[in-house]
Parts: sequence; C-alpha cells; structure tokens
Amino acid sequence: MSLPSPNSQPLPDASALPVPSFAPPPPPRSSGDGNRILYCHCQYAQVVPREVKETVLRRLCQEGVAFEAVADLCEMAARHDPALHRLAADGALKIAACYPRAVKGLFHQAGADLPAASTEVINMRVQPAEEVLSALLGSEIKPNLPVKESRPNESASRTSEPRTS
Amino acid sequence: MSLRDQPALRVILYEGPGAETLEAGERFSTMSALLERGYAVTRTGGEQAVAPADRSSALVLGRFGEGNTPEFSDQNHQSEIRTRDIANLSAAQVADLVETARTELGAARHGEWKPWFPVIDYDRCTNCMQCLSFCLFGVYGVDEERKIQVQNQDNCKTNCPACSRVCPEAAIMFPKYKAGPINGDTVSDADLQKEKMKVDISALLGGDVYDMLRLRSEKARSRFGKERDENKALTERQKCLVKLAQAGDIPPEVLMSLPSPEEIARRAEEAAAKAQAALAWQKAN
Repeated sequence: MSLPSPNSQPLPDASALPVPSFAPPPPPRSSGDGNRILYCHCQYAQVVPREVKETVLRRLCQEGVAFEAVADLCEMAARHDPALHRLAADGALKIAACYPRAVKGLFHQAGADLPAASTEVINMRVQPAEEVLSALLGSEIKPNLPVKESRPNESASRTSEPRTS
Repeated sequence: MSLRDQPALRVILYEGPGAETLEAGERFSTMSALLERGYAVTRTGGEQAVAPADRSSALVLGRFGEGNTPEFSDQNHQSEIRTRDIANLSAAQVADLVETARTELGAARHGEWKPWFPVIDYDRCTNCMQCLSFCLFGVYGVDEERKIQVQNQDNCKTNCPACSRVCPEAAIMFPKYKAGPINGDTVSDADLQKEKMKVDISALLGGDVYDMLRLRSEKARSRFGKERDENKALTERQKCLVKLAQAGDIPPEVLMSLPSPEEIARRAEEAAAKAQAALAWQKAN
C-alpha cells in the first residue's frame, strides 16, 4: 500500500485497505465545497478562551468532517514544520486560530506563504464559538488575509537610521 | 540541536473503510489528548481529500481490529509510516502510544519551550533595523538581500515584547501577547500615535534603557563591593528594574538575566554594526 503524494488524495489509500469485518461507517459529511479546515489549539498560551477552543473542537469532532488539528501554530512556525507547507500549498483553507495578521506572518516566517485569495482566518480570540463554527462549516469562503497598504510615511521611514543602544 | 533541525511527527486519525468509526465523544477526547501533548493530527474519514504527505514521519491510528492492521509506505520513499491499532484504548493510552512512537522515530518532543518569539509583519516593516540594533539576544538577523528576519526564535526571552515597542511601524507581533496590536490585531492610526508605539524606548524610559542599567549596575557594584552584601545588591538592582519592567512591559526576570554591563555594551555595538552594514548595503544597491 502506498500513501499518495504529492497530490491531495484520500489518506490512506482506502481501496487498498482490508475488507472490514464490521458495518461500514456512514460517509463523512462534507466540510463545504472542498474547503479544508485547520484548527489551532494554541496549546502553549492561555490567550484563546478555553471554552471557545473546546466547543469548536468538539463540534468538529461531532460533525464527522475531515480536518487538520495542530497543537500550536506558533511552535510549528518556529521549527519551520514542513506541515505548514502542505497546509498552505493546497487549495482553499479555513483556519480557526487567532488574528489573521499574526497567522499570515507565522506562515510567512516559516517560508510557507498562505494564498491570499483562498484563505480565511477565523479568530477564536475574539469571535464566539458559534460564529467560528458557522464560518468553518459553511460552504462559502471569505478570504480575509490583510494586504499591504501604501502609507505616506513609508519612504521616509525606510531611510531612518537605527538607534544604537 | 536547533528547533529547525528536529523532525516532526504527523499523526493521522483514520476512520475510513477498513477501520471502525469512533464515537464523537471518543474522537474529541482522543484529539484533545494528542493536541495537549503537542501533536498535529489529521482526522480523516478516508473519502475526503486531506493535505498530502510531507517529509515528516507519519503515524496512522485507527480501530482496525486484531490482525487487520494494515501497513503503508510512502511511494516517494521520503518518510516512514507506521500504523497502530487503537481498538480498546483510552484517549490517554492512545497519547502514550503516540509518545512511544515519537521516541522510537526520534521526532521532536513538544512542550519543552514556550513558542514566544517575534513575528514580522512585512506589509508594515520598512527594514529600518531598529529591532536588530535593539535586541541583545541575537534574535534578529538579515538575509542575503539584507532584509530583516527573525533568525533565532529560541533566543527570545519569554513574555518580553520589548523589541515590538521600538518598532516605529508596529510591524513586530508576538501572537501570544495579551493586547493589540502586538498580538496581531489590526494597527490603527491611534496605535501609531501612541508614544509607546512610535518613539524610541529610551525616551519612553527617560533615558537609555541599557545605559540606565549599566549605570545602576556600576554604582551598585562599587557600593556593594565595599559592603560585600549580595542581597543588598540584588535588592537595589530589582528596584531599578521595576521601573523598566513597568514602562516597557519587560518581565523582571528578563532584565535580571541581562549580561554584564561590558557584555551589554559589546552586544549592542555588534548589533548596531550589523544594522548599519545592512542599511549601507541597501543604500548602495
């Protein structure tokens, strides 16, 4: 048996698995029109309300959707985890984590830029669980990564001298 | 071994054909147990596309039943894939099983370091090098095009957001910080107007933070050298640092762990030289 790669495929190769001796499971529900879901547990800080994290994770588990769950995006970004590349590289993605600006920066810092046109970040630090779930499980994706704005003082700042300490 | 050199382990909770489906509650408790141990988990029912494999080792968990546990291999021969039957195991036992596999595979251990480090918002950054010249711990560096970057995340001092205070563009984020815009929240015009956000930290503190530390340390050393009372020296230093900690939101333990005044001066000069060199290169190119 083999794991398909690099294209997005069912994992593992279901057709090659042995015939089950129990009743086949019901087909999993779709998480939307091909949108993938990434949930960050923000394990190493208490900045995301615990009840929001738990409610979101519990509902994702109840819904039977396929999803990716990571313990802590910050930690993965720090170690340049290759998983961030596969998550960023492959189609529409909804991310339940924190501020879009921070999530964009974390992926960029790990060398895995998120596609602005097909990434939606839902902020569990400030949005209630029901709102997060509605966005995650809905079929529509609302890309919301911040984009660079030109600012009048940009050229002046670019030439400023560093302060020596 | 640096953070980046440690291989990751991808855990896959497989519930597709050939494996029994978990009850929702069991799935939740299993996922929670694994996340709390620091693992990344892909939950798949087998019929939906999930992200493809990467170079990481993978551990496929499923209720396959006795004698039915399948074997998998990576067709690109890039990573090792193991399969484990989790029938009749509690969530804690599954987490233990994964921990054993992680050890056997030599994958990274999680939770030993709080992931606290600066994240640069390149949409805002003007490459002014203030952060590079400020940081004494070598967190920042420049790439081959002399663009500022975070190079040594694990050198950063936990809970210290001081470098974000010296950034004139509010371009340095600490995603685990308590308040915006340092936590990644939108930067408003009001934020940029705030003294803490736009001015040099030395003005904020009524004097250069490192000069102030140096001066205090020297005074304390002279005085307490005579008195030979280390406890008094510590008390004096702590008093001095309270003001700095409050004004810059710098944890006292970070300030207390600063190197000697001579070493501070040396590192500051080194960082400033790096910044100046990078700026000179930018101007010339």
